[in-house]
Amino acid sequence: MTLPNGWQMVVGLEVHTELKTASKMFCGCANVFGAQPNTNICPVCLGLPGSLPVLNERAVEFAMAIGLALHSNIAPSTFHRKNYFYPDMPKDFQISQHDLPINVGGYLDLPDASRVSIERAHLEEDTGKSTHLGGTGRLKGADRSLVDYNRSGVPLVEIVSGPDIRSSAQARAYAQELRGILIATGASDGRMEEGSMRIDANVSIRKANAPFGTRCEIKNLNSLRSLQRAIDYEALRQVGLLEGGGTVRQETRHWDENLGETSTMRIKEDADDYRYFREPDLVDLAPDQTWQERVRAGLPPMPAERRQKLSARLSHPTSAQLDAVEVVIDLGLEELVERAVDGGAEVTLAISRAANELAASIDNISNLSSESFTATLLMEQRGELSATQAKTVLCELLALGGDPQAIAVAMGYEQLSSGSLGATVATLIEQHPDEWARFCEGDEKLAQFFVGQVMRLTNGQANGKSVIAELQARR
Amino acid sequence: MRTAVQIASDVKSGASSAIRELSLSLDAVRARNEELHVFLYIDQEGAREAAARVDAVVAKGDDAGPLAGVPIAIKDNMCQRGVPTTCASKILEGWRPPYSATVIDRLLAAGAVPVGKTNLDEFAMGSSTENSAFGPTRNPLDPSRVPGGSSGGSAAAVAADMTPLSVGSDTGGSIRQPAALCGLVGVKPTYGLVSRYGLIAFASSLDQIGPFAKTVTDAATLLEVLAGHDPLDSTSLPEPSPSLVAHLDDGVSGKRIGVVAELIDGADDEVVGAVHRAMDVLREAGASIVELSIPELRLGLSAYYLIAPAEASSNLARFDGVRYGLRVNADDVAAMNEATRTAGFGAEVKRRIMLGTYALSAGYYDAYYGQALKVRTQMIEAFARAYRDVDLLIGATTPTVAFAFGEKTSNPMAMYLSDVFTIPTNLAGEAALSVPFGTGEAGLPIGVQLLGPGRSEAQLLAAARVLELADGRS
Repeated sequence: MTLPNGWQMVVGLEVHTELKTASKMFCGCANVFGAQPNTNICPVCLGLPGSLPVLNERAVEFAMAIGLALHSNIAPSTFHRKNYFYPDMPKDFQISQHDLPINVGGYLDLPDASRVSIERAHLEEDTGKSTHLGGTGRLKGADRSLVDYNRSGVPLVEIVSGPDIRSSAQARAYAQELRGILIATGASDGRMEEGSMRIDANVSIRKANAPFGTRCEIKNLNSLRSLQRAIDYEALRQVGLLEGGGTVRQETRHWDENLGETSTMRIKEDADDYRYFREPDLVDLAPDQTWQERVRAGLPPMPAERRQKLSARLSHPTSAQLDAVEVVIDLGLEELVERAVDGGAEVTLAISRAANELAASIDNISNLSSESFTATLLMEQRGELSATQAKTVLCELLALGGDPQAIAVAMGYEQLSSGSLGATVATLIEQHPDEWARFCEGDEKLAQFFVGQVMRLTNGQANGKSVIAELQARR
Repeated sequence: MRTAVQIASDVKSGASSAIRELSLSLDAVRARNEELHVFLYIDQEGAREAAARVDAVVAKGDDAGPLAGVPIAIKDNMCQRGVPTTCASKILEGWRPPYSATVIDRLLAAGAVPVGKTNLDEFAMGSSTENSAFGPTRNPLDPSRVPGGSSGGSAAAVAADMTPLSVGSDTGGSIRQPAALCGLVGVKPTYGLVSRYGLIAFASSLDQIGPFAKTVTDAATLLEVLAGHDPLDSTSLPEPSPSLVAHLDDGVSGKRIGVVAELIDGADDEVVGAVHRAMDVLREAGASIVELSIPELRLGLSAYYLIAPAEASSNLARFDGVRYGLRVNADDVAAMNEATRTAGFGAEVKRRIMLGTYALSAGYYDAYYGQALKVRTQMIEAFARAYRDVDLLIGATTPTVAFAFGEKTSNPMAMYLSDVFTIPTNLAGEAALSVPFGTGEAGLPIGVQLLGPGRSEAQLLAAARVLELADGRS
């Protein structure tokens, strides 16, 4: 979307990602999603009097991996207390990093070759989760509030971009690319719907090259679609305000997915004073060069590199094929594709089937072995399956697993394998001697007659090219 | 009363038993607890179980530990599983922690028998125990006077012969000051020597747990049990527990000891006199005494009363009525927080929370908290310079002997000044102790303070032992 009248949007994103550590940030409690409320808790993550935090080494390594993937400097850092009262925060302060974060600076290159700068990526702990009953479902006016502290103390990394993003599509691409990096490093599962990746967007507008305008922060966007819609809505709202002679007030806004609009959460002028000070219960964190190098050595290839590697297999890729490559990398399907290609499948076919049929059932991807995927593609290439049939077989495999050959048989596709197709063609030649004779004399149009007959007999399941090949072989 | 070392020896040899020692202790508690208000909770059942376990270990012929069967009193700001832990505050009344502090586990493993939780100034904020929400503790040596604070209950327990040992915590002098006022040995160990896990924080960067005892040997024995690395405390020193008892008779021969003007100035004449006599004793024992001045120490009190309240304002935020302790219901969560905290905290705690909140607030941070941190750094550097020339420092522990109830409660500054000599050690994270040496007004004990760099406990205790012998005790 382009803003009217020469307005330009300026967007910076703050992405919070939960880290996939086995235990929480400062205690030994399990870090898992979806457990019974208040079952993964202990004196430390409940903030009981006298308890003390001990930093999780794995969380630090994930933070370093994220920083390295974003070309940040890993710097000597400290932890601070961010003080404010909230019932789901058991100590009534959050342990976070303030003026000295572990990752400083960096950048992220997007598939469209634009670059977004990274200001910092720092470690902090998550809060518990409140559920408000009655009223509007928010704390204010609720009849009763319940708190689940299972999430309290789960390690987070907050990645803050520079104000470099100029469109909602670019914001989306940034979030998607960052998600790919988080998944690649193993730091996060990137599941926005489970809240393991949450985005705040800072949005302002200006005329090209003018100084930045006043920004509003939209909190807790939990899908890429919401992100894009919320930014567009907010930028247009600000255009409306300014063009109507008004001003933008700096504030925190809430995105309502159903209404498709943002609304005021709190006004920044009375911003909280968090009274940050050094967390005296933790020591400074300054990973030495050896540790950094060990983490760097353990980093797998990032999405950009993987896209490049896969695209290199295409001789003259079309933009549709490049889009398909992006989907394949985004969903982590390149290993399936690579193996299929190594097993003899055509690279364009493998990428296309992965980016479409496999992507459509990505939640069931564990049902599909690389052998089955390869075998299905080869059957399609050999003409034993039509494109439609191959897609159906893949859907079956994804839904239930199993063997592609057996599925093809069960589906009644087996008579179309080259042997049975030959028999069908032979029968038709016997039944239609005149047409066969004219075809043999060079009347190519009659090939279509025979294809039509085969289709009629097979309820359209035969592969046209294979029928023609059979006819040519017998001429 | 026998020392802890003698009791442990008798229990191990079969001359006594842990159960018998416990019952003697409980008799002493019953005799005077009503009068002195030493214990907020007596854990008869838990103590009996602990004592029975010790006796069972002895009966099997196994080593029951260095404190086998020794009754011990615990300051009520340390968590003990299932035992009410209040910090002498209404806000925690009735709370029973589901876990134990590391020091409790270590004491039990060493064979000690915790008999109960002792009174303190609310959240360890005070110097007389007059700030306890449950009423003050009286000084066993003169019940018209305070025992000092904030670990006044723990000091009184030992001074009243209820238990031969007790554990306190020292944030700005809360072990050394009551030790001095009750005639005991009290040690503020190096920051990180004793685990703080399970100690309910007042000021995390200053708090340190340490021992009270009647003798230097008992204090050293207890400190060896308490000390040592704890993976549950990130600020815990990495080294194992130091060897202290083995060095008690090392003496001070050849040691250079600095007498610090700033650690004497303003003290009563009788206290200054005691420090001078202690210097003479140490000189006769072979130490060389150097007079020196560390002007930075004068800034200690001001820096302390910004740093400690700032940390406290954050540490005490969790007492919000949501999860445990007192809750005063109100219309919404914020009102409930406010009503709970208003009803639950006493005046001194509120004063410090407000002071600390102010010191950390945007616009004031640099002028107050930030400035205090700079002073703290200067103090650390000043101590380090002093320790280039001398091994230990000596001064008074408190300006006066035990004072009367109410004498300082109306004037917070006067109360704060009673910690003026002890605070610098906490800011520097170093070690110090108070050892009784001579008496003053009305025969009340005077404490001499010995200070050393980090991990100098063995030297400090050896020097204290020299003074103890010269003072004609043990």
